[in-house]
Amino acid sequence: MRRREFILHGTAAAAGLAAGSALLPRALDARPAREDWLADPATRELAMRAVDAARQAGATYADVRISRNRSQSLGTREQQITSFNDSDTYGFGVRVLAGGAWGFAASRDVTPDEVVRVARQAVAQARANAATVKRPIELAPAERVADGKWTSAMQVDPFTIAIEQKVDLLLRANAEALKVQGARFVTSSMFFLKQEKSFASTDGSWIEQTYYRAYPSMTITAVSADRSDFQSRQSTDIAPRGMGYEHVTAARLVETAGRWAEEAVAKLSAKPVQPGRYDLVLLPTHLWLTIHESIAHPTELDRIMGFEANYAGTSFVTPPADYLGKFRYGPDFMNIQGERSTPGTLSATGWDDEGVKPDEFLIVRNGVVNDLQTTREQAPWLADWYRQQGRPVSSHGNSYAQNWSDVQFQRMPNVNLLPATSEVTLEELIGDVQDGILIDGDGSFSIDQQRYNAQFGGQVFKEIKNGRITGPLKDVAYQMRTPEFWNSMDAIGGRGTYFIGGSFFDGKGQPSQVNAVNHGSPAARFRRVNVINTGRRA
Amino acid sequence: MPARFISRDEAESIARRTLAFSTADDARVQIQSSTHGNTRFARNQVSTAGDAYDATLAVTAAFGKKVASASTNRFDEESLRSVVQTAERLARLVPEDPEYLGELGPQQYSRTTAFSEATANLTPEQRAAAVNAITRPAEAQGLISTGFLDIITGSQAVATKKGLFAYDTASIVNLTTTVRTPDGTGSGWAGDAANDWARLNPGAMAERAIRKAQLSRNPRAVEPGKWTVILEPTAVANMVGLMMGSLDARQADEGRSFFSKAGGNKIGEKFLDQRVTIVSDPGSAVAPMAAFNGQGLPNRRMLWIENGSLRNLVYNRFWAQRQGREPTGFPAGFEMAGGTSTVEEMIRATERGLLVTRFWYIRPVDPRTILYTGLTRDGTFLIENGQITTAVKNLRWNESPVFMLNNVEMMSAPVRISASESGDVSPAVVVPAIKAHDFTFTSLSDAV
Repeated sequence: MRRREFILHGTAAAAGLAAGSALLPRALDARPAREDWLADPATRELAMRAVDAARQAGATYADVRISRNRSQSLGTREQQITSFNDSDTYGFGVRVLAGGAWGFAASRDVTPDEVVRVARQAVAQARANAATVKRPIELAPAERVADGKWTSAMQVDPFTIAIEQKVDLLLRANAEALKVQGARFVTSSMFFLKQEKSFASTDGSWIEQTYYRAYPSMTITAVSADRSDFQSRQSTDIAPRGMGYEHVTAARLVETAGRWAEEAVAKLSAKPVQPGRYDLVLLPTHLWLTIHESIAHPTELDRIMGFEANYAGTSFVTPPADYLGKFRYGPDFMNIQGERSTPGTLSATGWDDEGVKPDEFLIVRNGVVNDLQTTREQAPWLADWYRQQGRPVSSHGNSYAQNWSDVQFQRMPNVNLLPATSEVTLEELIGDVQDGILIDGDGSFSIDQQRYNAQFGGQVFKEIKNGRITGPLKDVAYQMRTPEFWNSMDAIGGRGTYFIGGSFFDGKGQPSQVNAVNHGSPAARFRRVNVINTGRRA
Repeated sequence: MPARFISRDEAESIARRTLAFSTADDARVQIQSSTHGNTRFARNQVSTAGDAYDATLAVTAAFGKKVASASTNRFDEESLRSVVQTAERLARLVPEDPEYLGELGPQQYSRTTAFSEATANLTPEQRAAAVNAITRPAEAQGLISTGFLDIITGSQAVATKKGLFAYDTASIVNLTTTVRTPDGTGSGWAGDAANDWARLNPGAMAERAIRKAQLSRNPRAVEPGKWTVILEPTAVANMVGLMMGSLDARQADEGRSFFSKAGGNKIGEKFLDQRVTIVSDPGSAVAPMAAFNGQGLPNRRMLWIENGSLRNLVYNRFWAQRQGREPTGFPAGFEMAGGTSTVEEMIRATERGLLVTRFWYIRPVDPRTILYTGLTRDGTFLIENGQITTAVKNLRWNESPVFMLNNVEMMSAPVRISASESGDVSPAVVVPAIKAHDFTFTSLSDAV
């Protein structure tokens, strides 16, 4: 539909509106009119129309997000394409406070009539919920953002790269992997996302943001000649990022596929681990996930306060007053930072989904719990702690929704283990291990609902004897209890060992939503951790 | 207000208009639409609630064996034309897929019973009232309830250039609650799922969770190791679902599955207890599933496990043709046969064992044995000399459903359960409670 026709259709759709329709001479139809729809003044007019409708229906607060997600996925196995999909979704969601309760409604029909209907529906939803309210919701103050704009640190738009080029890259990587004797099966994929998102609120804010994400990956499976064993190696040392196609180029899949294949084959003949206590040297390609599960999730304030008790769980960090400034998470050199500002990371943003500019904050300072992840609803719950610290009660900007059809709630920022201030090398960490295991890459992972007891596998395991790597191991997983584990950390690497890992699909919430998040970490050493053998005969 | 979704006539019209834009040799259109409603509660009050309406249309275009797909959620003429053009542009560019078999022509489908007016017409007020039926008794007993009511009502359609048209509707509701004691030492869970809202009883569900929360206070530690367990139906479904997800025939034939063996797969082999029989059936009254898959292939009644023997693996169209078998469809939901024992009888017949309500954070460890790890949660109890004597701390397990289903001692009548870990709506699953021996626990958890 051309712009002219679009206006015609939009006007026709608005014709049935009562008072107020004349204010929208260029209303949007149920599709973005142009590629630059986000900057189109009509988008802002529609969002404001929804905000006004919510306010008129009795909302004491309302925010509106209109967004468009374009994604592209490409899957291959061996020398053939298994899938190629291009997806485009567009719609809006309205969140309101009425009677002290939240209400939310969303629709794909981004039309003048529908934004009003949905805004009113959200208010009706809140009123239905208000009957259960015992503690009305209060929001921490947020600065008005009159005209915010932000875009991911992206160099090459992945949607402009020729499909043949993407396919060729994956098939060449697959071919390299299959050159390794014993490597029998290989799959590879690319996933790209471009999300354009607007935000408007009764606070008078208007924000336009554009996000790019890229995730290339491979899995290589080796099968023993007698088919009695098979082992896989995933490319978990290539993390997803909030970047463009330059991240795929930098991943060097073709150049690295052979090594991954060799590591899969080596597992077939690797020595099964003897269960017992070992010193562990964990590379950041692995450790990011342990940080994610045992530090980042337990310091989410909604979880701590019981809001996730029915699914994602609660936290051992509760009540907050007993932990903030008191609980020793790990050694003095342990500093855990929350941030949404590192360029090219998955959680990076200009403003969160409540229009709050995120800050950098230390969740763990010198080994002690110092702060927690918050939204506008949650920050007032820590008012006493912030007052003691001489800090204002304000959100850290940790609100996020995966799409327009989902309500925003507390999701983690990038949560990083900061490296040593001196340049400690990986060799130095290994050199002080008499009987240990090095783990590279993330594998199986599981942790209890309060984040105490966890079990982690990996991709590649190497035996360490007397300060040197001696050979490959397999069937390795370690079990730990969070406080003891982090207090067993006796050294971390310097900036030279630092790597940013992450996940595209971190789940939480009901209905469950995914959050894309990175975790930076140096290599680190842990003493006498319980290791089990996961091999078992059928 | 009633749930919104695309009607059969609308779907047919949209599909026809979309396919009219196609210039490809072959093309398929899939249309999905739904209203997703939910009410979430925490600390004895609603925390969030919402309704979202969405519809998506996916086009698969093929030039010879060059195939690609594109999707959109906008259905105006220009968007429909555009999504077809995108799919066709992509299809022209990608290499041939040697496994592409072309699209299907007209098919016959079984009738399903997955749609319920009562569910489709549920109002926010009725949802809030259902939540109140849980939060009020919990609060009255000094407990803290948290939970989730999730509802999806929608339709799906598939059409091809070769004349296939399939349309089906479904509505499913899932209600779960976790009730915790204020001192943080006890937690109980209950959940139910149905297609028809009228079959749920939030008050009775609340009672179950409240009773478990009260009984689970101040758990004591037991030693990890091999235990006799009584798994309530939700825990059974958590385990059995892992095996059902491993039934891929191609992986088995290629030597990368528990179901592999030299020269082929284990179809015909007996590897589970004699009493284990598992089917999936779109026409089931208690566990209906979709009448067709995303290619328009009819789902039919499938016997997967019969009296402990593997009767079938999952064959897609390509692998079925290559191996000379019929394609099977994927068992999104399933029904497992049970026995005649009650959970109370299982407890009375247990000298020393553990009663498990549900599992949590289940993740794969070793595909060679379908070995998974996970933890017990929200109601784990010690059984001594035929009765529950105390709550116990939660435990981590490293176990395979194959081993568990080999060690069955007693089974109850099967029931429809809330099967998803997340509490979101999920395919229908019907399973019994099971008493099994030698279930492997590897460590203790302090989590309540």
